[in-house]
Amino acid sequence: MPRRRDEMVPDAEFRSYYGQPVIKPPIWHEPHMPTYLYLGGLSGAASTMAAVARLSGDRRLEFSSRLIAFAGGTAGAAFLVAELGRPERFLNMLRVFKTSSPMSVGSWTLAAQGGLTAVGAASAVTGVLPLVGDAASLASGVTGTLMATYTAVLLADTAVPIWHEGRRELPFLFAGSAMASAGGMAMLTTPRAQAGPARAATVLGAAVETAAGAIMERRLGMLSEPYHSGKAGRLMRASRVLTAGGGLLAAVAGRSRALTALSGLAVTAGALCTRFAVLEAGRVSAVDPKYTVVPQRERLDAGRPASVPGR
Amino acid sequence: MAERMGFFTDTTLCIGCKACEVACKEWNDVPDDGFVFRATSYDNTGALGADTWRHVAFIEQDSRWLMSSDVCKHCTHAACLDVCPTGALFRTEFDTVVVQSDVCNGCGYCVPACPYGVIDRRERDGRAWKCTMCYDRLRGGLEPACAKACPTKSIQFGPLEELRVRAEERVERLHAEGMTEARLYGEDPDNGVGGAGAFFLLLDEPETYGLPPDPVVTTRDLGEMWRWAGVAAFGLAGALAACFLRRS
Repeated sequence: MPRRRDEMVPDAEFRSYYGQPVIKPPIWHEPHMPTYLYLGGLSGAASTMAAVARLSGDRRLEFSSRLIAFAGGTAGAAFLVAELGRPERFLNMLRVFKTSSPMSVGSWTLAAQGGLTAVGAASAVTGVLPLVGDAASLASGVTGTLMATYTAVLLADTAVPIWHEGRRELPFLFAGSAMASAGGMAMLTTPRAQAGPARAATVLGAAVETAAGAIMERRLGMLSEPYHSGKAGRLMRASRVLTAGGGLLAAVAGRSRALTALSGLAVTAGALCTRFAVLEAGRVSAVDPKYTVVPQRERLDAGRPASVPGR
Repeated sequence: MAERMGFFTDTTLCIGCKACEVACKEWNDVPDDGFVFRATSYDNTGALGADTWRHVAFIEQDSRWLMSSDVCKHCTHAACLDVCPTGALFRTEFDTVVVQSDVCNGCGYCVPACPYGVIDRRERDGRAWKCTMCYDRLRGGLEPACAKACPTKSIQFGPLEELRVRAEERVERLHAEGMTEARLYGEDPDNGVGGAGAFFLLLDEPETYGLPPDPVVTTRDLGEMWRWAGVAAFGLAGALAACFLRRS
């Protein structure tokens, strides 16, 4: 159990300025930011699923996926704009394109994703310009893979220790979660006979999310403490149960509508819990100076101070 | 491009008068952020933030009292500037880092990116704020308000190269006088931020003053992050394709 593991790790000795934080915690609001992370992942994986479904001829599943991709991207963008300190200046996001800023790359990706999925969904619903709709939908299959993973870089590219040091696993955690989210939502909106690939995506996505989370926590060592205690710990445990449970249920969900509903809702709730847990853990990791000071002090004491080679 | 300008804050000379904090607030019209008795020390300012661009730390120890005026480090490799999606943060001709408040849309990304916890969003107007090294005064040929107001020359302003030489000499003199604990913080161009434009002479470990002992610009590892994200993105496409192939 997580609690026992906490007790086995002795409190690291470190000095600080009256226990005050060294770095500033992320100021992103709840529920805006975690909900956006979920919706962006949902939209991204759904648009990739729509593209694959188009290529394999699964037209009913493609239809659902296109609408999910559009709805997720649009709702996500609304949350993101509401999150800004000056929402009326949201277009400044497209003022420049900066590869050094994951948020700039993400804003352009979201803009492309939003436009392409809107065209794809409009064409699917109205039947107008089917070739244009197909082309847009296939293109959003590419932007979708970036949409589902860039948010991991967004969080990792900060001084927050639990995010920055989780930079290898976060993309897989978010990609797995996005895949399970899209599979779950497609399962809920597609007749069972045509939803086989969506169920498979739910099983596989939930497995990847669970594995990536476990590997990340192990590799983070002492830094992973916020994932085991307090609010973030509770959210992470809920996410584990919901995601694993929903994923296992998806394997048999083809048998009944009740199982389909249960599985789809469970993985959706699990994916939301994951995002809220990661955001909350980041806040805790930033506010407690231990997580900033101890690894840096260890580096110095070992004679391996940080440097920026090649710049 | 003009010469790179910087701050050398010699904390052995600081008397904790907070003239720097006041001068900064006055000149830059920085709003009041309250006086809070924190019951830990004489520090009633707390930390650097959107409305605090100079912060005097008070550290009471057994036989001495350490005081230090903290400020934005104006890093050579500045994470806040790197991650800013709008280009609101820019590098000036003095090699300092400044926010253009008419461009900032308050996304808040710079806030957790700073390895020193300097920049913050002012919730009243929704934008990010921090020390500008008095960009307007520099352009007018004046020194920053804090350095001007400092009565003990604890805050020294000038060309960064000159300050580095002066600081080395100061440390040597202090060591000769028996203060062997004196050390420079942030001046090394080979450190994790490529050298700070505002560096310090400290008498104890940096973390005692609330400073990170070995900060790193987060974007140093950005290439690695995108590579892993790329692998995950390809994996996602492949895994979804596999879901359709398995059946039928």
